[in-house]
Formats: sequence, C-alpha cells, structure tokens
Amino acid sequence: MEKILEVTDLHVTFATYGGTVQAVRGVDFHLNKGETLAIVGESGCGKSVTVNAIMRLIPNPPGRITNGKILFKGQDLTKLKEKKMRSIRGVDISMIFQDPMTALNPTLTIGNQLMEGLKQHHDVTDKEAKRRALEMLDLVGIPNPEERLKQYPHQFSGGMRQRIVIAIALICEPELLIADEPTTALDVTIQAQILELFERIQEVTGVSIILITHDLGVVAKIADRVAVMYAGKIIETGMKREIFYRPQHPYTKGLLESVPRLDTKGKLQPIEGTPPDLFSPPTGCPFTARCPFAMEVCDKVYPESTAMSDSHTVNCWLQDERAKKVLATMATN
Amino acid sequence: MTEEKILEINHLKKHFDLGKNQLLKAVDGVTFHIRRGETFGLVGESGCGKSTIGRTIIGLYNKTEGDVWFNGRNVHELSEKELFKLRREMQMIFQDPYASLNPRSTVREIISEPMEVHQLYKNKKEQDERVYELLEEVGLNRDHANRYPHEFSGGQRQRIGIARALALGPDFIIADEPISALDVSVQAQVVNLLKQLQEEKGLTFLFIAHDLSMVKQISDRIGVMYLGNMVELTESEMLYEKPLHPYTQALLSAIPIPDPDIEEKRERIILEGDLPSPINPPSGCVFRTRCPFAMEVCSKEKPEWQEVENNHFVACHLYNKNVKNTLDKDPVVNIR
Repeated sequence: MEKILEVTDLHVTFATYGGTVQAVRGVDFHLNKGETLAIVGESGCGKSVTVNAIMRLIPNPPGRITNGKILFKGQDLTKLKEKKMRSIRGVDISMIFQDPMTALNPTLTIGNQLMEGLKQHHDVTDKEAKRRALEMLDLVGIPNPEERLKQYPHQFSGGMRQRIVIAIALICEPELLIADEPTTALDVTIQAQILELFERIQEVTGVSIILITHDLGVVAKIADRVAVMYAGKIIETGMKREIFYRPQHPYTKGLLESVPRLDTKGKLQPIEGTPPDLFSPPTGCPFTARCPFAMEVCDKVYPESTAMSDSHTVNCWLQDERAKKVLATMATN
Repeated sequence: MTEEKILEINHLKKHFDLGKNQLLKAVDGVTFHIRRGETFGLVGESGCGKSTIGRTIIGLYNKTEGDVWFNGRNVHELSEKELFKLRREMQMIFQDPYASLNPRSTVREIISEPMEVHQLYKNKKEQDERVYELLEEVGLNRDHANRYPHEFSGGQRQRIGIARALALGPDFIIADEPISALDVSVQAQVVNLLKQLQEEKGLTFLFIAHDLSMVKQISDRIGVMYLGNMVELTESEMLYEKPLHPYTQALLSAIPIPDPDIEEKRERIILEGDLPSPINPPSGCVFRTRCPFAMEVCSKEKPEWQEVENNHFVACHLYNKNVKNTLDKDPVVNIR
C-alpha cells in the first residue's frame, strides 16, 4: 500500500513560564492512501499538537518541533520554508477544526470564504470559482446552494457550518484531510449526519483522512486504523478490529472498559488517577502510575514497540518475553 | 427506592421574553415526577430545555406556568425565607468545573461557604472537621483543603463541586451535565462516585445530560426532551429496548457504539435537517418537521402525553388509538 504520510520520531515542545512542556515525545505513524486513521486519547495527550505539527501550525515561539521527520509524499515538511508550506496547506493537506462556530469568518459571506482558497492557490476565473463553490456545497449537502452562497455564517446552524467548513477544506481537492474533533461540538443527530458525510466524501474523492477524536463510538464507525496516544506517545496502533477486540496495552483496555455502551449494562471500570505532568514526564512508561500491571522496569525504561501482527504494534513491557514467563508461572501457580 | 414522590412537576412552562414580541419557549408544558432515591435522567440535544427545567426546579428561574412540588411544598410560592431553607434539601452540581469554582477561594472556603451561610456549625473546628470528612467522601484528602482550584484536574474539581453540593446534607441533587467537560476515563470515576454516594446517603438525583449512553448507565428512569417538550419517559432499560417516539428512536440510533462489528451492521435512522428555533416552534407536534412518520394530524394538534404501557409515557400521535389502527406498519422500530 502506498504511504501518503510518514511521521518518524516527532518531538514538539512548548516553552512556558513554568518550564518546557514536552507535548509530543517521539511519535511514529504513517497513513496509507485512501484510509482513515483515528488518533484517540484524552485531552492533553498530544493528539492535536501532532496534527498541528503536520500542518506546521505550531506557533514558534513558544512551540518548536525539536526533532523528527514528517514525510508527505516523499518531502519532509519540517524542512520546508514557510512560503513553500503555504502552497501545501489547503491545497494538498487541509484541516477541519473542532468548533464550526469560530472556524468561519463572521464578516464574510460563505461564498467568499469558499472561493478564497481556490483563488489564492489556483489561477481560476470568478465564474469557475463560483461553479466549484456550488459544486462543493452540493457535495456536502447544503440545499439551495445558489442562495446560500450569499449568506453569512450566523445564518447557518452548527451542523450546516461544519458542512461549510468541510466544503472549504475540500475545495482545492487535497489528498490529505485532517479533522480535529470534527463532531465534538455537535449534537448526536447532527454528528450522525456529518459522519455519513465523511464516508461519502471519502468515497467520492478518495481523500485520506486523519481523524482526531476521544469518542470510541465514532472510531468504531468510521476509522480503518487506530493510533492510541497517551502522554505524548503513541502506545498502541493497529487495525480498528485489532484495537477493539484484541487490545494489548493496559491503557487501551482501560479506555475501552471505561466508556458506557448503549447496548450493555455493567459497572463502569474507570482508570484511576490522572495522566502525568508533561513538564517533567516520566522516563519510563507514562502509564505506570495508573497501570494495574506495573512492574519495576516500567517506571525506569520506556518499552520498545512489539509487533503483534503486520499492522498491530504496542509499547508495553508485558509483551517482553521475560514478563510473559513470569505471568505464565504466576498463572500455573 | 420507594414510590414516594420527592418532586412533582405539573405542566411546567418557562418562556423567556426576548423583546420585540419574541417569546422563547424553552420549556413548554412538561409533566413528570421523581421518586425518592432514584436517579432520573433528563436527555436531549442542546436547546431542548433540559437545563432550564433543572434551573426552574431549584428556583434559579421563575416559572411561567405550572408548578413544581418538592417534598410537599410548591417551590415557586415559597417566601425568601422558606426558599433559603429549601436549599438545604436541594442542591446543584454544575457542568463546568473550571467556571463553577471561585479561583480566589481555597477548597476549604468553597466547601464551607454553604455551611457558614446556613450557620450549621457553632465553631470553626467542627466546620473544618466536616470539610475534611466531605473531601474524603468524594475521594480527595484533607490536605487538599488549603489548595486553590487551579491546582486540581478537571475530575478533581468536579469532586470539589460535589463536596460543596453535599455540604448541607441535601436529599435531592440536580446534576446539570456534571461529566460532559471531563475526559472519558475520568467520567467513569465521577459517575461511580455519584452512584456510591447515592447508595450511602439515599440521595435522589436529577441527572441532566446529552450523552444518552452515560445517562442510561446511571439512571433508573429517563425522560427524553425535544424543543421544550418531553416526548418520552420510561425506565432506562425499556427506553433502549423499546423506544416508542420516532425522535427517541433516531437519537438512540445516532449514537455510535464502540464496537466495530455492531457498528457495521447497524441500520441508522438519520434525521434530516436541524432543530427548529424555539422562538417560533412548529405547530402541533414540535418534532413533525424532522419526523419520518409525520402525518396530517401532527401539524394540527399537539400530541397528548399518555401512558401507553405501564410506566411508559409518550407524546406522539402514532400511539393515539384512532391513528394506530390506520397505520400500515408498526411504528416501533428495532434500533439495533
């Protein structure tokens, strides 16, 4: 399969008065052409920072990509000049943000906002731009596009605004779409509409999608692969079914057990405690303090990644042969 | 749980006058009761009026019509003095643990303020002891008393908010979206804490939330709201097993289940369009503009609130006897 994006050993830090926050601490992942990768994790785990780094939207200062490569179709985005990056943003890679209320400019008609990117990056006539804009509104399911083009964001509902944001992101036909919690601010019935829309646009345009979310239901619905982040690291990654049915990392398991499900009833198993402080992250596995299986080594050394299958890897000391031996003897006793 | 009603709400209406002859009908005629010791879940999407109900019950808003009976007293007809006393029995937990705690007060001050206002303890020492006790009850410890809110995580702050609500020893707590601002792994901690406190103290909860899967987890009975109206009310298992109102069916089917195999097979009812404005709601049944079953009668008459099965209430013309006989298919949809 063709890899459209490959991120290796990405580190991002933010300098603050209180010290340096190590927000992303060595993240590796890739994205295949035409697939949807979901990055899941709790707030502050570094998932948004990771994708903002891909878009080179980390404000510097205080933020800095201190290490790592972001290969997009063979070129390293971390090395590009800002001018060159600008020709990639919105054209080859687009981004959708969480809050459709603040993502649009309230003083411009949505027609203007739709066509702005197109005119900026491509040499198109006004007529052609308008035709494309109408086409996009139709694709994202906005009725009466001709009339709607002349309206302002406040004349649209939240769900409609998110559709417009998606239309703006897609108008230059990007190959990669990054969606940062695109449905979190929406009601569930509207979320269902938007998730259907994502599936449809992927079918129509073949765009590859990175979806950031904390909602495991959304992941189960539209992701192909999943990367689980915790305290600035990806601790487990695999195909959707591998993560949901054969999770290996205690954090992934804990996360799956702590969410209530509509179709079952049972006591919720919360993960006790809170994530570590990223001003001085632990040298070992960051989940140690909350992990029911923590061993002495966990606190000291970060585990290497272990491959469970071609697509499934996990960073956990429990996968080490020595730990397995101990567990086996414990089980027989 | 007993059959005794701790709270009874009759035809409650809360309208907000927006000026320019505009009237926002946030709550438009809602009737239900809450039994002593139960958790009653109130769900619905943003703008459906669920928070307004909570705030009207506790007297933060005046009602427009109808009444609220709490432990045999009509809340909106109490004098200031009686209302003051009522606060010892009824408390509230708010959604945003960042905005609901004063950043300039220590945790001790936050939790002891209600006790001071109500002059529960004669001396500081007794009061402090009670603060420590409350902190321990909600899973914090006494050393936290001298710290400020910013030193705590979201989940811990919500625990402080819970301790404050418990400070006066209430019977009834209104929890308005108490976990929506928290991370998933922490949500379960807070929900389990609420359940445990309920068992220990025999509390009654009104749990207001938009996350139906979490509400189902914690509630005994659930009321579903849409645009200022209650559309369905029943026991939480029943609501999932056999949702009657087309809106409840759509709402349940819209919630993605964290299980890929189930998600793949599920048929989804996708509602068209958006929520209409509560300023100028549709005539008749407010849901008719998005309802896949809408009939002629729906635009003319507001459906009656009726008990179609034991303890299962619904407001929908589909379950009106005269209409039901003319239907060619059963409106009860299997949403699984």
